[in-house]
Amino acid sequence: MLGRTLREVSTALKQGQITPTELCRKCLSLIQKTKFLNAYITVSEEVALKQAEESEKRYKKGQSLGDLDGIPIAVKDNFSTSGIETTCASNMLKGYIPPYNATVVQKLLDQGALLMGKTNLDEFAMGSGSTDGVFGPVKNPWSYSKQYREKQQQNPHGESEDSNWLITGGSSGGSAAAVSAFTCFAALGSDTGGSTRNPAAHCGLVGFKPSYGLVSRHGLIPLVNSMDVPGILTRYVDDTAIVLGILAGHDPKDSTTVQDPVKSFVLPNLIDVSKLCIGIPKEYLVPELSSEVRSLWSKAADLFESEGAKVIEVSLPHTCYSIVCYHILCTSEVASNMARFDGLEYGHRCDINVSTEAMYAATRREGFNDVVRGRILSGNFFLLKENYENYFIKAQKVRRLIANDFVNVFNSGVDVLLTPTTLREAVSYLEFIKEDNRTRSAQDDIFTQAVNMAGLPAVNVPMALSSQGLPIGLQFIGRAFCDQQLLSVAKWFEKQVQFPVIQLQQLMDDCSLSLENEKLASVSLKQQ
Amino acid sequence: MAAPMLRWGCPGTRWALAGIGGGFRHRRGASIGSTPNPTREQSTVAQKPLHTAQKLRKGEHKWAAVVGLEIHAQISSNSKLFSGSQVCFAAPPNSLVSFFDASLPGTLPVLNRRCVEAAVMTGLALNCHINKKSSFDRKHYFYADLPAGYQITQQRLPIAANGSLAYSVCVGKKRGQLVSKRVRIKQIQLEQDSGKSLHDDLRAQTLIDLNRAGVGLLEVVLEPDLSCGEEAAAVVRELQLILQALGTSQANMAEGQLRVDANISVHHPGEPLGIRTEVKNLNSIRFLAKAIDYEIQRQINELETGGKILNETRSFDSKLGCTVPMRDKEGKQDYRFMPEPNLPPLVLYDSTTLPAGVDSQQVINIDQIRDMLPELPSVTREQLVQQYGLLPEHSVTLLNEVGLLEFFQNVIKETRAEPKKVASWVLNTFLGYLKQQNLTVSESPVTPSALAELLDLLERKAISSSVAKQVFQELWRGQGKTAAQIVSEQKLELLQDPAALEQLCLATMEEHPQVVMDVKKGNPRAINKLIGLVRKATLSRADPALIKDILEKRLWL
Repeated sequence: MLGRTLREVSTALKQGQITPTELCRKCLSLIQKTKFLNAYITVSEEVALKQAEESEKRYKKGQSLGDLDGIPIAVKDNFSTSGIETTCASNMLKGYIPPYNATVVQKLLDQGALLMGKTNLDEFAMGSGSTDGVFGPVKNPWSYSKQYREKQQQNPHGESEDSNWLITGGSSGGSAAAVSAFTCFAALGSDTGGSTRNPAAHCGLVGFKPSYGLVSRHGLIPLVNSMDVPGILTRYVDDTAIVLGILAGHDPKDSTTVQDPVKSFVLPNLIDVSKLCIGIPKEYLVPELSSEVRSLWSKAADLFESEGAKVIEVSLPHTCYSIVCYHILCTSEVASNMARFDGLEYGHRCDINVSTEAMYAATRREGFNDVVRGRILSGNFFLLKENYENYFIKAQKVRRLIANDFVNVFNSGVDVLLTPTTLREAVSYLEFIKEDNRTRSAQDDIFTQAVNMAGLPAVNVPMALSSQGLPIGLQFIGRAFCDQQLLSVAKWFEKQVQFPVIQLQQLMDDCSLSLENEKLASVSLKQQ
Repeated sequence: MAAPMLRWGCPGTRWALAGIGGGFRHRRGASIGSTPNPTREQSTVAQKPLHTAQKLRKGEHKWAAVVGLEIHAQISSNSKLFSGSQVCFAAPPNSLVSFFDASLPGTLPVLNRRCVEAAVMTGLALNCHINKKSSFDRKHYFYADLPAGYQITQQRLPIAANGSLAYSVCVGKKRGQLVSKRVRIKQIQLEQDSGKSLHDDLRAQTLIDLNRAGVGLLEVVLEPDLSCGEEAAAVVRELQLILQALGTSQANMAEGQLRVDANISVHHPGEPLGIRTEVKNLNSIRFLAKAIDYEIQRQINELETGGKILNETRSFDSKLGCTVPMRDKEGKQDYRFMPEPNLPPLVLYDSTTLPAGVDSQQVINIDQIRDMLPELPSVTREQLVQQYGLLPEHSVTLLNEVGLLEFFQNVIKETRAEPKKVASWVLNTFLGYLKQQNLTVSESPVTPSALAELLDLLERKAISSSVAKQVFQELWRGQGKTAAQIVSEQKLELLQDPAALEQLCLATMEEHPQVVMDVKKGNPRAINKLIGLVRKATLSRADPALIKDILEKRLWL
């Protein structure tokens, strides 16, 4: 039941094959079993069970609210949830219980979805590994999959199995792990530079970043307002489309959402690929790209071509400037957005009270980790009067050039761009932390952040397993507000590639293993 | 708002216009070798009259002051600039605070249409160019009553720019001449107000009230076209009247709905501008004028004694009557301006650019707002001059005093007396009594009808004008009697029987032969003394002109 598509489960609920409460309990027990993954910061068990009860009443009366009624979902812990602690994986917001729901959360709840909990992330979504949050790193469920373990046994590296777990990617790694481990059917992530697509690629999921302005950001605790969008993580493209259909639309509380009425996001089962033009941006073929990803990318292009699509090489000439430009705009907005965390109205406050200024300084030093403080520092540097023209203004100009690159390509007749999502499959935690957060973010966002600069929709679709038995996904980028077309192509591709389901039976059954890992998780937590 | 503009002595004007020479030269000598003591320096200046100008010595330059104002007017609106919280003065602390106002993470600004309309209306009234596209910026600084750590304002592209404001000041010996001037308006921008901090030094606490946080402000930035406190006061008063006429701000300075910061520097004309200081905390027009004049004089003194002007923020101490440096720990602020990413550009339309079929609730049409502009104070004044033949300076006073124009118009409605006469009574007698007792028009014990009745008695020549003043005084005491009652009870009617008056004149002449002699000797003032004596004898009930006629006849025939 847990591996089914949203629509299948919805049908099962309608037909009474399973009740929302049963479904909820199954997911809750799985959350318990997979606690060591550290996917959730808060498990809202009571809330979820209560919602399940309500949902059950509706189903009994035959008054289901729709496809999401009674469906367990999870929400990244940077979305405001009324009455449920929202931490952003930061000391700064530990214990902060918002008095309101983010619009996207409210919309899901209004549809009867069951909120299982709040998922882990890098502190304030700053990172690409889900390793830099105050609650510790998230472990990739694929580390425990049959597919990966079998390969590991074939090529023993001598490293201890338990310390060799893989990262999920980030920053929405908790949401990705939660969906990947079947603890929910869909999860909200956020995507500023790739934070939804990157973990989706590493966890074998569909990770969708909608067009900027299509989905409300109200209640999403911002990283970069001009690039943030709520992201959707599911196991199937159709599931993403269902969730998007609920989330999309103008929100009077977010002035950057578009006023146009939202069209349907129902995806056709059959599309005529031969009418499509797929663009392959040559700048995305970088030396660091792993040969496996490269060959799958090429295979995917061939697949479209063989079905009659026009596949052409295109150029996005300003791509190479994108990551530095992103760095400036991101840190500048971070410096601004983080200014509100002063310990006065909410969140952490230090004990120092010699002066307001001393209180601010100590509160912010204690509340933020090094990554956040580092970005605040650089951002403030870029915004200084003497630097503003040379950095921020220039970065904005380059951003326009990057956005125009996409516009030009789409104007030339390309419908969808096909690119890698990540350079390679997920790496182990030990490998990942050899480089610092900034280096990793620059490497890992390479294929994803330009899309945020341009406000375009993009989706990661898992394609195949690597030789190590780990997921590799590809990214499709669509025209602005052509999210439905993009997802239709993604659905077609999904059907062609038949990406394997993660095999976690052993993990689920083997209680001793999960217990052992739970201990480990708690040890690593204490070290934080 | 008490101070009547016409009555201010503004000595600063004179030296600012006339220039000042080496008036403080002797003080320079005195300060040599002694440690400069800023506190003492200030008090010396404060006690010194401002118009100590002496004649220019050869080779010395005049000083000219350059004053620019930044005026913050709270927009009169039911809700805040970017949130739905109510706006209300003196509500219980922190009772009008939305999640956005408290900067809860994830909240976003939503622009209030009413505030935009108020800005456009004000811009039009101040002859500004209305920008069809304006944008919002974040201005960063840490302060406890600024919860987001930044203020949303319009730094780069304000909603209105390049306007002007006409105002007038009184000049001349008796300040009886009205001179029209014009100050350029650099820009008008929409921005958020901050909250309020209350520092409790005793318990080393700061209390924060966020009721005001996020209230919409219009910041009106003037070009530095002013040269003294009086001009600044006149400009602010005129702006206040305009805002009140438009209804875009209540502009009550005492309630903080209008706040003025002044940028002040002095230089020698023809030379580059001097270093400026900014004076804040000016919460009345009178203090604004005082503070500016004080600060100009302080800067001149400082420069003449070899000192330097620091680019600093000073506040006006109304008790000491001087400006003092503000404790500014952070020194020079870099506000790290950045575009506000959560608000798309603000686009306005006019009738020619309005997109077809658009919902009028979704857009703002500048032309439509222009059509809604009410009569502005300058037009009202002009009409007073034209309709009633009033002097321009009288029209100024009628508008400057809250409620005075309405009072005047109500008297006019009920009396047959000439408007000019009514104006004279309202502006001299009535306003004089109000000022003396520090009352506002609405607190006056004399109603427009009572004054109208009194003026009618005067008009009918039933009483003399000096009796009228006496009756007015009775009316002011407010014992519920009408003017007619007072006149009849106290027998104050004018003595109009010529025979009786002649009798009184003769009797007076007899009683004062010495004065009669003086008159005959040709002392022109002696006759006035006789007139006074006769009037006294009539208990001021006779027309002095009539007395004069009789006396002249008797003395010279």
